[in-house]
Amino acid sequence: MKRSIWALPRLRLAAFALLERNFLVWRKLIGPAIVLNFGEPLIYLLGLGLGLGQLVGTVGGLPYLTFLASGVVASSAMTTVSFEGMYSVFTRMVPQKTYDAIMASPLDIDDIVLGETIWAAIKGLISAIAIMVVAAFLGAVSGGWMALWALPIVFLMGLTFAGPAIVMSAVAGSYDFFNYYFVLVVTPMFMLSGVFFPLDHFPPALLLAVQFLPLIHAVDLIRPLIVGQPLTHVGLHLAVLSGYALLGYYLAVVFVRRRLWV
Amino acid sequence: MTTVSGLSVTEPIPAVWAKGLVKQFGALRAVDGIDFSIRPGLCFGFLGPNGAGKTTTLKMLLGLVDFDEGELCLLGESLPGAARAIRARVGLVPQADNLDPDFTVRENLFMYARFFGLSRTDVAERVDALLVFSELTTKADAKVETLSGGMKRRLIIARSLINDPEIVVLDEPTTGLDPQVRHMIWARLAELRARGVTLILTTHYMEEAERLCDELVVMDHGRILDQGSPKALIQKHVESDVIELRGEVSDGLFTMLRSMSAHTERQGTAVYVYTHAPAPILEFLGEDTGLTIIHRRAGLEDVFLRLTGRGLRE
Repeated sequence: MKRSIWALPRLRLAAFALLERNFLVWRKLIGPAIVLNFGEPLIYLLGLGLGLGQLVGTVGGLPYLTFLASGVVASSAMTTVSFEGMYSVFTRMVPQKTYDAIMASPLDIDDIVLGETIWAAIKGLISAIAIMVVAAFLGAVSGGWMALWALPIVFLMGLTFAGPAIVMSAVAGSYDFFNYYFVLVVTPMFMLSGVFFPLDHFPPALLLAVQFLPLIHAVDLIRPLIVGQPLTHVGLHLAVLSGYALLGYYLAVVFVRRRLWV
Repeated sequence: MTTVSGLSVTEPIPAVWAKGLVKQFGALRAVDGIDFSIRPGLCFGFLGPNGAGKTTTLKMLLGLVDFDEGELCLLGESLPGAARAIRARVGLVPQADNLDPDFTVRENLFMYARFFGLSRTDVAERVDALLVFSELTTKADAKVETLSGGMKRRLIIARSLINDPEIVVLDEPTTGLDPQVRHMIWARLAELRARGVTLILTTHYMEEAERLCDELVVMDHGRILDQGSPKALIQKHVESDVIELRGEVSDGLFTMLRSMSAHTERQGTAVYVYTHAPAPILEFLGEDTGLTIIHRRAGLEDVFLRLTGRGLRE
């Protein structure tokens, strides 16, 4: 008779109604969204890639700008997804009470969280596309059209990072709470996943430890695809990203139920 | 305790049927074993002070709140198993404003239809009709944040009708609204009822309950104290007339009034005298000049206060 927050979520097409809602709102605010998506990577890549690149020269046989751009595609998708899963989801869940309104329709929390997860991944994808366009203009995409294979990987990693961010929203009392997740999770992952520098010089123990970070696996797939190098351990990388994605979605549903169910 | 009133085999399936519902929040029994049955096409009210368990009961009807014990059926299907199917056929007007601030009035209606799996073309006519119904046609393309409180409430009511529901559940539909809007909403609700929609509402306004409800229950501390039509409840629980005295009523006069009436109570500087025979009391009071005397028919508010007491609820 009683619902259990731990019950396995059901995946239903009804979740697309939430995607539609978020897309329609995003379309209204497309101007600032595009400035952010294109402007930020352009500044990053020009500043760090060309500026710092002069000092660094080549990294692992790649010009630094090329090395950096392929990493930033992944890290920026992570940041975008995390922002969406925290600030935007929290806004809809708590002050705006959007989910309360939706829950009076046939949709369940399973559907709402699925819609939000896919939407966050799509926003990550949009930011990755913008960076790849900028990088291509700067001549930093040496993998040719094969680089487009990076996009499905970006989408998958978006699903991976959406879950934990939504969990943070579900336990947050206010927006300030997200500082913990950014400082303790997102920023260290950013630094330890080979986005800015290769990990060759890490001590073996640390190198093993960072293998538990999902971003490393995303970078290890996305970078070779963008720069045109051979892929290695594809199955392992995909398995880690998918495993985190499934666990993240499940926990996100559980925690949002815990917050919104009475 | 109540019985399921007037339910017999010849009647249609009740719109709502509840038996032994219990909801526990920690140590508090917010809903403590209630039974009720709501006939289709009627307006049914839940009355009670804050914390009586009204909102919790309403949310149970849509499967938004679990119950710990009991049985609950809507439109012949039982909760919580059929919650999704039931929500597709029910509309909810919540207490809080949860309109989508990023959308216009019209977009709010269209978007809400999508959550019910209805296509934009399916509901295009209905959206226009609902804009007329809620007198928001001129505001159709306005952003929600520019609307007044009354307009928002009308939009929330229109939104609750987007799936052409058989039952509409309203949680304090007119709280905080000015009299003009309140009367307009009452007229619209009466219109819906005339179309055969079952209305279920909670309210603090006795006038609202008396006007709208065919039948109501008075709740307190999670229990149903009594149920019936407003008229029947008034006849059953209070005397026909009330004489209200405002000013300094001496203990002697109070004792005298008590002996002359069926029920007399003091609340601050006011005294309420309940009686079936007001004439002798009014005649007696005619000599006492220092007081403001108001004579009126007893109403639902008197029933409410008699059943739930005059103590404040925080």
